[in-house]
Amino acid sequence: MTTTLRRTLTSVTVAALAALTILALGVAPPDRVQGDAQRLMYLHVPAAWIAYVAYGVTSLASVLYLVPRTRHLRWDRVAAASAELGVLFTAMTIALGSLWGRPVWGVWWAWDARLVTTAVLLFLYAGYLALRRVPAGADARAKRSAIAALVAFVDVPVVHLSVVWWRTLHQQPTVLNPELNPQIHGVMAVTLLVGVVAFTLLYASLLWSRCRLAAVEADAAHDTLAVAVARRRAAAGLPPLAEAGAR
Amino acid sequence: MLAQALVIAGKDLEIEWRSRATAVRVVPFAGVLVLLFAIALDPDRGVLPRVAPGLFWLAVVLAGLLAIGRAVAVERDNDAGAGLVASGLDPAAMFLGKAAAIAVELLALEALVAAAMAALYDVGVAATDAWLLVATSALATAGIAAAGTLYGAVAGGDRSHDSLLAVLLLPVLLPVVLAGTRLFEAATQGDAAGGDIAWLGLLAVFAALYGGVGALAFGPLLEEG
Repeated sequence: MTTTLRRTLTSVTVAALAALTILALGVAPPDRVQGDAQRLMYLHVPAAWIAYVAYGVTSLASVLYLVPRTRHLRWDRVAAASAELGVLFTAMTIALGSLWGRPVWGVWWAWDARLVTTAVLLFLYAGYLALRRVPAGADARAKRSAIAALVAFVDVPVVHLSVVWWRTLHQQPTVLNPELNPQIHGVMAVTLLVGVVAFTLLYASLLWSRCRLAAVEADAAHDTLAVAVARRRAAAGLPPLAEAGAR
Repeated sequence: MLAQALVIAGKDLEIEWRSRATAVRVVPFAGVLVLLFAIALDPDRGVLPRVAPGLFWLAVVLAGLLAIGRAVAVERDNDAGAGLVASGLDPAAMFLGKAAAIAVELLALEALVAAAMAALYDVGVAATDAWLLVATSALATAGIAAAGTLYGAVAGGDRSHDSLLAVLLLPVLLPVVLAGTRLFEAATQGDAAGGDIAWLGLLAVFAALYGGVGALAFGPLLEEG
């Protein structure tokens, strides 16, 4: 049942990404001001959207792990997998935005509030992933990581507010000037919507696969000792242990 | 709870006073930073007085990382942390006590860095604007100490925690560096009254936020040992 569901999700994701490719590259007209560079938006905007969704899911899963009634290592795996995807999509957002910014703004990077906040997000969650690699028991790591994820999450509004103040006190935002974003064409809007749907599906299937992999890894780590003991006993010509045999 | 917090803070400060383990590392490190910043930016170009506020907070945050790392190591070595848990003190009080000890060390560090920069970078503050320096330092230090103590506990399990602490803590401290720099700029440019005092509010919110979260999270973080 779950296998069928997962395969269906993968198929639908591939189809949605194919539809996005055709729409973004073939059907949608080039932007009157920005030309073909604007097509990057069909990836940039959905990637940014997914990055935020991913961090939201990490926070939610962390809360679920910390609440004793819903505590389960499954939530820890979801939080970790989602943070990995969040970092991936945040990096993608910045890279794509940079590629777009060069021809349209004339610079790879601008000290705009949203850009700075996004960069800080990347580092906050890269730190979270680094923390997860510290050797520890599964439960200890899960609790520590969940707390760290929530602490990082509460920092985001403060960072954003401070950066917005900083930029608006010094200069008016020139970069996200509404005049640069003229009335969005019907096909363009549809393409963008398809992009968001396709990336959401992509996120869901990647998250699922990553969580499955993590669960398999946890099982494998759990079994490793028993397997090693059984091998040594067999090599020494001893009968297998009763409980090892039962597993 | 306050009494318990004072016990912890007193313990950490006494350890530091007797061993001076932090001071012998942090003070020279901060001094070298002050020197290297000047080398990198060339003292003859006249930019140092203008960028001194930002360099000040960079030096404090970077050198502060060492002090925070030391405060974590004190509990990790000889299982002292387990002893603390066994002592039955309120975890929130432990958090506040450790943060207070770090804050005292940071304030001493800030006074030294400020004196060094005043002398070497030729920056001065009018007596009428000095209150802004004091208020900024107090609030920013509270925020750095609270966030530092919390992240020290988060990263504490790792032997190589120093680099991990830096990776975790530095992005979190961005608002503090930003607000501290803006406020110090206003003070050193003789514009304390005209500066944007709202930044002080931001620093207060940051300190309160991490003080609150840290007091709540410290217990569960210690339990895992």
